[in-house]
Amino acid sequence: MNTAIIAALLLILLGIAYQTGCSRSRSLTLGGEARLHSRPVYHGALVAIWSLTPALLILALWALFGDTASRAYLLAQLPPETSSLAPADLDGAIRRIRQIESGFGIIGDAQPWENQAAEALREFRILTSAAIIAAAAGTGALALWFARSRISLRLRARNEVERMVSWAMIGCSIVAILTTAGIVASLLVEAIRFFTFVSPIDFFFGTVWNPGFSTTGHGSAGEYGLLPLLWGTLMVATIAILVALPIGLLTAIYLTQYASPRLRGFVKPIIEILAGIPTIVYGFFALVTVGPFLAGLGNLLGLDIRATSALTAGIVMGIMIIPFISSLSDDIIRQVPRAMRDGSLGLGATQSETIKRIILPAALPGIVGAFLLAVSRAIGETMIVVLAAGNSPYLRLNPGEPVSTVTVTIVNQLTGDTDFASPQSLVAFALGLTLFAMTLILNVAALYIVRRYREQYE
Amino acid sequence: MTSDERLGLVRAGLAARHAREWRFRFYGILAILAALSFVAILFGMILSRGLPAFTQATLTLDVHFDAAVIKVGERPTRTGNQSHAEYAKAVSDWERKMTMVNWNRLIEAAVREAAPDTKANSREILSIVETNARFELRDMLVADPTLIGKTVQVSLLASANADNWLKGNIDRALPDAQQQLREPARALADQLKAEGKIRNAFAWHIFTNVDSRSAPASAGLAGAFVGSLYMMLVVIVLAVPIGVMSAVYLEEFAPKNRFTDLIEVNINNLAAVPSIVFGLLGAAVFINYFRLPLSAPLVGGLVLSLMTLPTIIIATRSALRAVPPSLRQAALGLGASKTQTVFHHVLPVTYPGMLTATIIGVAQALGETAPLLLIGMNAFVAQVPATPLDQSSALPVQIFLWQGNENRNFFEARTSAAIIVLLGLMLTLNAIAIFLRSRLEKRT
Repeated sequence: MNTAIIAALLLILLGIAYQTGCSRSRSLTLGGEARLHSRPVYHGALVAIWSLTPALLILALWALFGDTASRAYLLAQLPPETSSLAPADLDGAIRRIRQIESGFGIIGDAQPWENQAAEALREFRILTSAAIIAAAAGTGALALWFARSRISLRLRARNEVERMVSWAMIGCSIVAILTTAGIVASLLVEAIRFFTFVSPIDFFFGTVWNPGFSTTGHGSAGEYGLLPLLWGTLMVATIAILVALPIGLLTAIYLTQYASPRLRGFVKPIIEILAGIPTIVYGFFALVTVGPFLAGLGNLLGLDIRATSALTAGIVMGIMIIPFISSLSDDIIRQVPRAMRDGSLGLGATQSETIKRIILPAALPGIVGAFLLAVSRAIGETMIVVLAAGNSPYLRLNPGEPVSTVTVTIVNQLTGDTDFASPQSLVAFALGLTLFAMTLILNVAALYIVRRYREQYE
Repeated sequence: MTSDERLGLVRAGLAARHAREWRFRFYGILAILAALSFVAILFGMILSRGLPAFTQATLTLDVHFDAAVIKVGERPTRTGNQSHAEYAKAVSDWERKMTMVNWNRLIEAAVREAAPDTKANSREILSIVETNARFELRDMLVADPTLIGKTVQVSLLASANADNWLKGNIDRALPDAQQQLREPARALADQLKAEGKIRNAFAWHIFTNVDSRSAPASAGLAGAFVGSLYMMLVVIVLAVPIGVMSAVYLEEFAPKNRFTDLIEVNINNLAAVPSIVFGLLGAAVFINYFRLPLSAPLVGGLVLSLMTLPTIIIATRSALRAVPPSLRQAALGLGASKTQTVFHHVLPVTYPGMLTATIIGVAQALGETAPLLLIGMNAFVAQVPATPLDQSSALPVQIFLWQGNENRNFFEARTSAAIIVLLGLMLTLNAIAIFLRSRLEKRT
């Protein structure tokens, strides 16, 4: 309701400002000879930007700090006896008052002081929101008037608008940097908090993963050894690569070197369907189909393979990565200059000899890059392993046994937890930092190799 | 060595070389067949398991709204001297009484009438009807008070266990102790099925109902669907404009210096950061620092926007790169400014490419699960979120929740059905993209 009013007001302001700019600038040229530096639309846009920016700024500030302000006001309204309440109880009281105020209803009967505070809060809210809307509208109108008074024949409205647009574009580009900074900062801060509970040496070189439960209340109880998780991650990723690399690479080779355009046009999109399937679907597929199949196969062969194991998760993850490897290798193989291939064929080599001795060695750096990217993909994959790897964080050699990975543990330790005070939930950030660092190194290496390779043939 | 000898040597090795050539080709074909068969098995498994879940055993019963059982008066009307609070209390009392009516007795009577010779006791009879059937009867009566004393034909969902039994999802040869339904109930279900009083009807409630724990047979995807929809909206509103703007800047305006290099390296790396790391970012920054609500589609949308941003930027940039430079030169030559050139002439040509970028990004966001688990979207939510700030689930998360349900026999099919809905949505998105693209490309 409130949001709709504000949005409508902003739209009205936008329309008025734009029209004012347009018509004011047009009226300057009515005399005949005079010519504007910029076309009227730019004057309109300039006035609109001038008048909307301060209004939006005020609303944004209110959206950011309004909650804090109303909370502070509410605290001031509470009777003195509540000041002795514990912070959690105080939060509860504030929530109750807000529920009374919004007419949502509460459990139990409302105390008189609660009703009083709710009434005060209601008045405060009505007053402040009216004041904020008035302030936003007022500054908007003021800025509109100012911008209108600037309009003249010589005003370089187009240049000003273009400068603002380019600043907006730079701002958008910076979002990527801010995201990276946000990731690094949040992981580092929380991981450092975790390392105040557990020493980094115990974390990075510990061989036992047994974090215990945060609800039992003992701060540093539990053991946080990363190695079993890392081992599980590597085992699953290795199996995935063992499945995906031969199939993906051979597919790419066949499709680029042997297949007719028709076959290529038919097979390539079908394989790329695999890339668009959500990972949760793969996880379900692993759990319901591949796991029982492998367990049955193990029974038949006399091997002990569990339905949820490193093998199940690895094979399905391999299937997921096939299109990734095949389309990357496809690109890379097609970049190998045709002259090299033709030279080899002209000297009498068979096609497979040409591929094995000329094309693959030439494409090797690129394929290594694709391989590294695929490994980073496999390490960071979550849902397949959550569903199909069995979640058992022990150091075991047998791939038929259940394992746990870094990503699974992040999900297990953090899901639904808002209390970032116990090492049990903070460890997720230390694990995330490890994961981020591993994938970052792999990605940078892969990008570096691929770039070097591209330069070689350009 | 004469040339004849040399030729002989080459000829001698030829057979082996050709054999190797054929073997190599054969491996290539094997690899393609393996990849194709994975696709076939995956889709075959999901369709074969999921399609049956779109129909569900439904009872058609003649329910008599017996006035002797429903001993509740009419809905109170507000009298002149009643205060608002008194009236509200009267209505809520009436609603409570209405809910407390023994609806199950009506259902039992209706089933007994349909199968008079059944040996099942009342608990067994009720075990084949979905537990929320009584609320359906209540809502019918509340909607139409004149029903009292009348007999109406009603279709009610059979319970999940009855559905399993009738569809053969549970082994019929299992001994009694392992069956979910008792023997008389199973016989009753078979009898009703044979008489046509239970039939498989299309399960519309998968699309219209929300998730439910107490009545699994009537659980649906509506809440998760709306949650996903909100997140898609946030992604379209945030990630698409920001992504397109920064792609335009980097491709058309940015000078080649350290700062833009830094941005580029950043984007390439972000594209390869595991999605779960974005979930950690969301948990630490949006939930813990900005105190945004848990399980809200808004937060999910923010996280997914950051995650899809690099995808959209990279795809838009490649679309911009494909625009011939002659277009820019012509516009600049006629006196357009750099900004005018880009926004009036270059961007309109890349609309199809930008559309593809948008759809790729949105589809990627639609299927993502892991980051949503970290911001609490795996909470059980039994209502359709009214605003993006309400608690909600999402389609992939709902799949995750359903696959973990204890009633495996029933929920395996239900999960596959949800997967079909999700994949169908993604397919529709892609089809729309292809359609719009071909239209736009024809125009330009």
